[in-house]
Amino acid sequence: MIISILAAEGLAQLGCGIGAGIATIGAGLGIGKIGGSAMDAIARQPEATGKIQTNMILTSAFVEGCALFAIAACAFLIK
Amino acid sequence: MKHFKSILLLLVAFLLIPVQHIHAEEAESKELDIPEIVLEHLADAYEWHIASYEGKHLSVPLPIIVRSENTGEWHFCTAHSLPEPFFFSEEHHGKIYERVGGEEVRPIDLSITKTVAQIWIVVIVLITIFLSCARWYKRHDAHSEAPKGFVGAIEMVVMMIHDDLIKSSIGEKHYKPYAPYLLTVFFFILTTNLIGLIPIFPAGANVTGNINITFFLAFCTMLAINIFANKEYWKEIFWPEVPLFLKAYPAPIMPVIELFGVITKPFALMIRLFANMMAGHAVILSFTCVIFLGWSMGVGYGIGLNTFSIIMLLFMNCLELLVAFVQAYVFTMLSAVFIGLAHKDHHAE
Repeated sequence: MIISILAAEGLAQLGCGIGAGIATIGAGLGIGKIGGSAMDAIARQPEATGKIQTNMILTSAFVEGCALFAIAACAFLIK
Repeated sequence: MKHFKSILLLLVAFLLIPVQHIHAEEAESKELDIPEIVLEHLADAYEWHIASYEGKHLSVPLPIIVRSENTGEWHFCTAHSLPEPFFFSEEHHGKIYERVGGEEVRPIDLSITKTVAQIWIVVIVLITIFLSCARWYKRHDAHSEAPKGFVGAIEMVVMMIHDDLIKSSIGEKHYKPYAPYLLTVFFFILTTNLIGLIPIFPAGANVTGNINITFFLAFCTMLAINIFANKEYWKEIFWPEVPLFLKAYPAPIMPVIELFGVITKPFALMIRLFANMMAGHAVILSFTCVIFLGWSMGVGYGIGLNTFSIIMLLFMNCLELLVAFVQAYVFTMLSAVFIGLAHKDHHAE
């Protein structure tokens, strides 16, 4: 009985860790795509660097925001 | 040079604040509890802890101001001389609670905590910097000569935020009334982030990693977006250009989603700044704790882990310098973009 409760608690913590990890994978993929496309765009049109950079930061902030929601939720759940 | 001297004087004045030794009440346990140490540094506190040595703690006392729920009296003291019905509640993260009868209630607590003191320090720093810069413009003709040195550097940052970020995000027509607010927010967040990275006393509190602070900043942005929004913005929310059955009867989904968006925009700002800064502080503190963990395991582990953790610490601190700037920049930019969205002139197809 006690062992199963302890195991359940351990599983809950494991879930928090895995959740944060998955969120990070998603954000990594998203920001990687944004960064890659921005590099492509800058290579093609170096004169538009400023505008591209601003929009790149803006978009990656949105992606990052999503991931941070998940990570904050996991951080609050972990005991 | 004169301002440099006055800043130095200010720092010395802070160092002369009487520091006191407080004996530890219980014997320190030998076990290192790293999550405990990290969480303690991240949380707000009623005194500014500097160092501990053999059970003695060196800390700067901060004023505690509480109103008793029982008698209605205001108490003014430090953490060291907390009067009887009050106590630091362990189960409520060390906040002050009061015993009324058999119950524990939270009294009205207006204490100058570590975070508040740190904000005041940041405000003093900002006022010193900007008033001294403003004086240059009073004494010189900014149209015929350019500022040099420190004033020039500040002007460069201000112009970068003002022109590239605020003006281009909100638009030529409407940016003027919002520029002071957005510049203030940018420099407040930047200075707080940078000062939070300095580890010793008159700096180093985790201010922007405290969700109350970011909540307030995001709340101000929400007010700035919604109070002065134009007709187009509210029309987009309550009467967007979608089929009638989606916005009136039987399923008013679009207004609900749009209203939800009004709240989630500032909520995302709040969580982003909070999570980034808290995570940064937590990682740096964890690497610092690795040093002590290493030495507690033995000399060999100590030397090996020290090398590893100091390299990682340097790397993380450099990364955090970047993050400090990027987060201030992103907060200001997103605020400006959202304000700009509330001032659209015509419906963009």
